[in-house]
Amino acid sequence: MSCLQTIQDYALRSVGIGERLLPKSDITLCEQVTLIGSGLIWNIYFGALALLFGFFLATGLALARNARNPLLRKPADWFIFVFRGSPLFIQFFLAYEAFVLLPRAGFDLNLGFVEITLATSWLTKAWAGALIVLFLNTAAYSGEIFHGALRSIPKGDVEAADAYGLHGFSRFRRVIWPTMLRLAWPAYTNEAIFLFHATTLVYFSGFPAWRQKGDALYYASYFADKTFNPFIPYPIVAGYFILVTLVIILIFGAINRHLNRHLPQTARPKMKFRLQVIR
Amino acid sequence: MFSFCTDPSALDGLDWLACYLTNGKHMAFWASFGTVILLLLITAPVALAFGFAGAIAARSHVLPLRLIGRTYTAMVRGVPDIVFFLFAPIAMDQGFEWLRHKAKCPDWDAPIRQGNDFVVCAEAKLPLSASPQWVHETYGFTLAVIAFAVVFGAFAANVLFGAMRAVPHAQIETAGAYGMSERQAFWRILVPQMWIYALPGLSNLWMILVKATPLLFLLGVEDIVYWAKELGGAKTSLFAYPHPDWRLYYFLGLLVFYLGLTKVSEVILARLTRRLSHGQATVAGEAQRKAAA
Repeated sequence: MSCLQTIQDYALRSVGIGERLLPKSDITLCEQVTLIGSGLIWNIYFGALALLFGFFLATGLALARNARNPLLRKPADWFIFVFRGSPLFIQFFLAYEAFVLLPRAGFDLNLGFVEITLATSWLTKAWAGALIVLFLNTAAYSGEIFHGALRSIPKGDVEAADAYGLHGFSRFRRVIWPTMLRLAWPAYTNEAIFLFHATTLVYFSGFPAWRQKGDALYYASYFADKTFNPFIPYPIVAGYFILVTLVIILIFGAINRHLNRHLPQTARPKMKFRLQVIR
Repeated sequence: MFSFCTDPSALDGLDWLACYLTNGKHMAFWASFGTVILLLLITAPVALAFGFAGAIAARSHVLPLRLIGRTYTAMVRGVPDIVFFLFAPIAMDQGFEWLRHKAKCPDWDAPIRQGNDFVVCAEAKLPLSASPQWVHETYGFTLAVIAFAVVFGAFAANVLFGAMRAVPHAQIETAGAYGMSERQAFWRILVPQMWIYALPGLSNLWMILVKATPLLFLLGVEDIVYWAKELGGAKTSLFAYPHPDWRLYYFLGLLVFYLGLTKVSEVILARLTRRLSHGQATVAGEAQRKAAA
């Protein structure tokens, strides 16, 4: 079987298009590269969507933590503590068990004039359940980053905004929010990279890979089990993830340039390509 | 455990719970919390040693050594750590068996990789197939510890490398002016001063290490996640203590355990930071000096 044929059969295997059976014997390098690459679709799906939704919740959390009203501040504090203080692995297990306990048939919601059935079984599927966990998790981590940035906004910036008569939402949108993003961006880039790495945990933590549709690491460990040779599939996954990391750095670097475009050339903070390993 | 536990079916309420939580399998569950703590206590110093060696190698004047050190520190940045956790134990296992195979069965002529199999002679197997169960378990745990130490050593090497560069250069130059050799300046000036710069990174690393311990489950060690899944699953009336699916509560328990562990770590690390800032030429050290005066 030629490599082109393999790519046709397995390039979209992880989303259910193409050959049904996974290769079992005489596994070629081409099959490994193709199938693991196909699994990467899920990693990008989880990472990109969780990051996108998480960004908004994180902004809200940061503002809530900064609020004077304890009714807003306390829940945000606890949310961040719980999600940052416990392992993501346990969070996945917990969420999965909780979703499984929901009634299989769904809830009957009586709205008075009409009765609707809320189906819940989709929550136990990885595409939804794991996405929710990743979304909440990254929101907590980014919320902490944004909170730190919010607190280190230069006093002068806010005073200048006051002097121009800006207040309330327009002050937030024009002065506070952009400055917060600018300060938080290097750390947020780091968080994005870690989030993409964390997506590899999904199929090892309770959520089943339905019909063997899994992510990159799921297929890599499948090959490692089948060939009993870890020296080929795992370096392939590693290579793919280095590529993903580089793409994230490129995209976030471009956004960083955009955020700092008004500053004179010399005053622009450079994105450090020496990444911190701190989450 | 208790004298009234002889007939579980006759119990109810708190008595039932007391007997349930102290039966044999639960004792193994409680002991597995010890496994987690043991892993943390062994891994942390070993990883720190790996990190220190890696950071020294990355600063070395010898090119091959520097390349090895730089590669080691760079390795964890782009690749998910779980890939290493899955890769390192099986790779090391095969590596050890291959070395023993070379040493013990020199006249074996069949290839080691036969199709989809990895075949070594019976004497080279690790652990020997005749050895008792606890040897197998200890071997598995040891491989897990090494995997953790390698990965977190790379993280630590990153942190320590940065900390060594953060020590003001004037300090090293002064040491040189006092006639210290490069080695003396390193051990007497640089190393004692670098810890305060390394501490924020290292404390964060400790937190990440704590939160990475449930991954032991993936390495086949019977840790708390394994027992929580095992004990929480629904038990029919065939069992001495039948109950429905309680996995949610077991995992909630684990969540609380980890939250407690991180909270305690935070408090201890904050104290350590205060301690190490003492007498340092940093803002925190200066604040302490002023408060005392």
